[in-house]
Amino acid sequence: MKVKYFDNAATTALDKDILDKMMPYFSEEYYNPSSIYTKSINVHKVVDESRLRIASCINANQNEIYFTSGGTESDNLALKGYALANRKKGNHIITSCIEHPAVINSCKALEKEGFEITYLSVDENGFIKLDELEKAIKDETILISIMTANNEIGTIEPIKEIGRIAHEHGIAFHTDAVQAIGAIKIDVEDMNIDMLSMSGHKFYGPKGIGAIYIRKGIKVNRINDGGHQENDKRSGTENVPGIVGIGYAILKACNNLEENSKRISELRDYYISEIEKRIPEVKLNGDRVNRLPGNANFSFKYIEGESIMLLLDSKGICVSTGSACSSKTLEPSYVLLSIGLPHEIAHGSIRVTIGKHNTKEEVDYLIDSVVEVVDKLRKMSPLYEEGK
Amino acid sequence: MYSEKVMDHFEHPRNVGEIEDASGVGTVGNPVCGDVMKMYLKIDENEVITDVKFKTFGCASAIATSSMATEMIKGKTVDEALELTNKAVAEALDGLPPVKMHCSVLAEEAVKAAIEDYRNKKLKEN
Ligand SMILES: Cc1ncc(COP(=O)(O)O)c(C=O)c1O
Ligand SMILES: [Zn+2]
Repeated sequence: MKVKYFDNAATTALDKDILDKMMPYFSEEYYNPSSIYTKSINVHKVVDESRLRIASCINANQNEIYFTSGGTESDNLALKGYALANRKKGNHIITSCIEHPAVINSCKALEKEGFEITYLSVDENGFIKLDELEKAIKDETILISIMTANNEIGTIEPIKEIGRIAHEHGIAFHTDAVQAIGAIKIDVEDMNIDMLSMSGHKFYGPKGIGAIYIRKGIKVNRINDGGHQENDKRSGTENVPGIVGIGYAILKACNNLEENSKRISELRDYYISEIEKRIPEVKLNGDRVNRLPGNANFSFKYIEGESIMLLLDSKGICVSTGSACSSKTLEPSYVLLSIGLPHEIAHGSIRVTIGKHNTKEEVDYLIDSVVEVVDKLRKMSPLYEEGK
Repeated sequence: MYSEKVMDHFEHPRNVGEIEDASGVGTVGNPVCGDVMKMYLKIDENEVITDVKFKTFGCASAIATSSMATEMIKGKTVDEALELTNKAVAEALDGLPPVKMHCSVLAEEAVKAAIEDYRNKKLKEN
């Protein structure tokens, strides 16, 4: 059975042509980019070319891009690195309660170091409220970190306005764009972004490689000590094949952004409308308009997400759930609770994330399967009879 | 993550449904926590459980343990059924992941709740 993969927010398949570009840098052009013989200088150039590709996609300069091991490390570097480098300016940071754990847990770590963190709440569609952001700002605020788009519900935050507010108050602005890169257009100048995190495997590039944009003039302390690579921001011998891969992958994603996003969002809208037409008592989580092209997150009342997910899995379909029973904490998704879902509705959530390889036929199979599985589980549910 | 037995009982649960004139019905769990189990028992004059049906809202292990529990108590006397433990149900399923053991507790509790309901009804009748 060919797998129908609808979990493209978790990771994506590395494109074969990107893999081809990476291959020479494993065992042929394996040289360390820090050495100064000709072979190494060539590899060093390749690394810088990749930097340029990334920079060109987000309207940055080449020397404002630093390579990391992924989105998690980029977020850690942005939050901890900036906080520690700018401590004398203040100890207050503003973020939201729906950030990825890489941001939330970096903030928790900073709280232990004496920083004060404000976790902004979000409305029922997952948007932070700009007036609350303004109110949260104080003299000690040094950094605002709000994700470009949420990984669970797909809501796209008003990044440009957040950046404008930050800059009006002389505060730096970081955004976790891990889910947004390649899906929506990003321009760090236009959107007032000072730091931006990305991860290669979310846009058909390799895993274990990421990058961070740090605007010229923004001070960030390194968080791992070592041999001063990446302009002393991130020590460690460069992951050259990964670096080559992420550069070509982002370029390809950005060149095809409009075409892919249009096709993917049409498939998503089709899925959403069919589910709403064919299954009663469902709730679409996240905003209908300002949402990532591939994301469709539904709560199916009276049933539980892990059950839905596993029955879909037995039909060869990969999706994800925000249910407690699939988490290690036995709490449902904090993102779904943050948008005001009661626990029992959050338990029944299924996230579908459509990618560029999904076809209309696959989406049709997905829709039929979801209809069948939801029906089967509802017939088994003691809550369904009561709810009716 | 789950054993083949768990997946079998989850994908093909035995004894799903309701019993109209049940001798005892027990509902345990809480939708807020993600698992609710409702157990229906038909008990004859010799205190033998002649039929069992269940409905469950919950994860795969909650559904699988409900299903297995109904199989384990069918044909047993009420007293025998009261000895059913969540550990025994989990073992019959070739084990559950440690974080999922709490889901199996519900199966044991649902059986006990249904039997209690049966006994309360009998008390009222007499
Ligand atoms: C919004 C967001 N930030 C950060 C990350 C972490 O990226 P990585 O796992 O590549 O380090 C993810 C990955 O799921 C994400 O969705
Ligand atoms: Zn459970």
